[in-house]
Amino acid sequence: MIVAIPLDEDRTSLCPSFGRCPFFLFFDRENGTRQVLENPAAQAQGGAGLKAAQFVVDGEAEALITVRCGENAAKVLRAAGIVIYRSEGPGADENLAALREGRLAVMTHFHPGFVGGQP
Amino acid sequence: MIVAVLSGKGGAGKTFAAVNLAAAAGRAVYIDCDVEEPNGRLFFQPQGVRETAVTTALPAFDREKCTGCRACVDFCRFNALVYVKKAPMVFPEVCHACGGCALVCPAGAVGEQRREVGSLEEGNRGEIHVVTGVLRTGEVSAVPVIRAALEAGLSRRETLTVIDCPPGSGCPVMESVSRADFCLLVGEPTAFGLHNLAMVHELCRLLGKPCGLVVNRETEPYAPLEDYCAREDLPVLLRIPYRPQLARWGAEGAVAAERDPALKAEFVRLWNEMGGDV
Repeated sequence: MIVAIPLDEDRTSLCPSFGRCPFFLFFDRENGTRQVLENPAAQAQGGAGLKAAQFVVDGEAEALITVRCGENAAKVLRAAGIVIYRSEGPGADENLAALREGRLAVMTHFHPGFVGGQP
Repeated sequence: MIVAVLSGKGGAGKTFAAVNLAAAAGRAVYIDCDVEEPNGRLFFQPQGVRETAVTTALPAFDREKCTGCRACVDFCRFNALVYVKKAPMVFPEVCHACGGCALVCPAGAVGEQRREVGSLEEGNRGEIHVVTGVLRTGEVSAVPVIRAALEAGLSRRETLTVIDCPPGSGCPVMESVSRADFCLLVGEPTAFGLHNLAMVHELCRLLGKPCGLVVNRETEPYAPLEDYCAREDLPVLLRIPYRPQLARWGAEGAVAAERDPALKAEFVRLWNEMGGDV
């Protein structure tokens, strides 16, 4: 199972923004491989959450650990069957450990997003 | 002549100026482009109102024809499309109805559906034709409704068309003034009023529109506003002193120029100064 986590510039701690985080960590729990990839949505003019969600879906993640997540992105992730967990603490590794130990809660609150751009 | 009335700051008196200008001219088209909170109709109380829906295009996908190439998803600069579980998915409130996804689809799998985003109300008060754009609550973009309201009003080619613009100086305002011959700015003699007036004035100049100012609710000349007008060469066409009676008429939903012949004469003079003829 692949777990995706939005990362900050330091590539080790969680970025509070899901859509515009600079990097995503894709961690494969089966074989322990980790890939840190640039988020193609980081600089998007609009719809960053949607584009980032697409990236996570394409990365074949089955779980996402995030500080927060917008409604639109959540819709995409859920359509793809990805479980969204709320992070506990700042580090990616501690969150992966917490997930392994069943200490992370499934996210239930999704903010309305920041889509407000006009044509 | 098409006159756009705008102010930057909300509550400066755009609708007051627009409604009374149209009323003073006697025969006019009044278009309310403040589609998030249209209130000109409260004063005009137009009769014989016809309502029509305003719709925008939204892609509709034919799953049979879709090959999953994602050309549409990659093309959409607004990221309104995603591809999940072997099917494209559209987010209506993010879609700008540009039609690009249908153009780039090599399989002809993208059709069009219509989505209602608001409505137009058209009616009359005497010889004033009143067009009101109403944005559906919760919609993100006002522009489609503004565009439809302008089209309906401007197609009548009346001698005077007054466009009551939304507040601010963003895209809805740009759309509202795009076809105007003249921008009538309504300034409130306060620091906030002047700040937002300067923003919208800059926008109108960038768009190459001639501008003039109505100073509303003036108790005494506000020096920073006077300095601004002198420095930026913005002519003051009308000064409306603060009068509790005007506020009372406003609260009643009355058209002040119909109650006060002197005020009506002032608006007629304003119309003449902009180049119109009553």
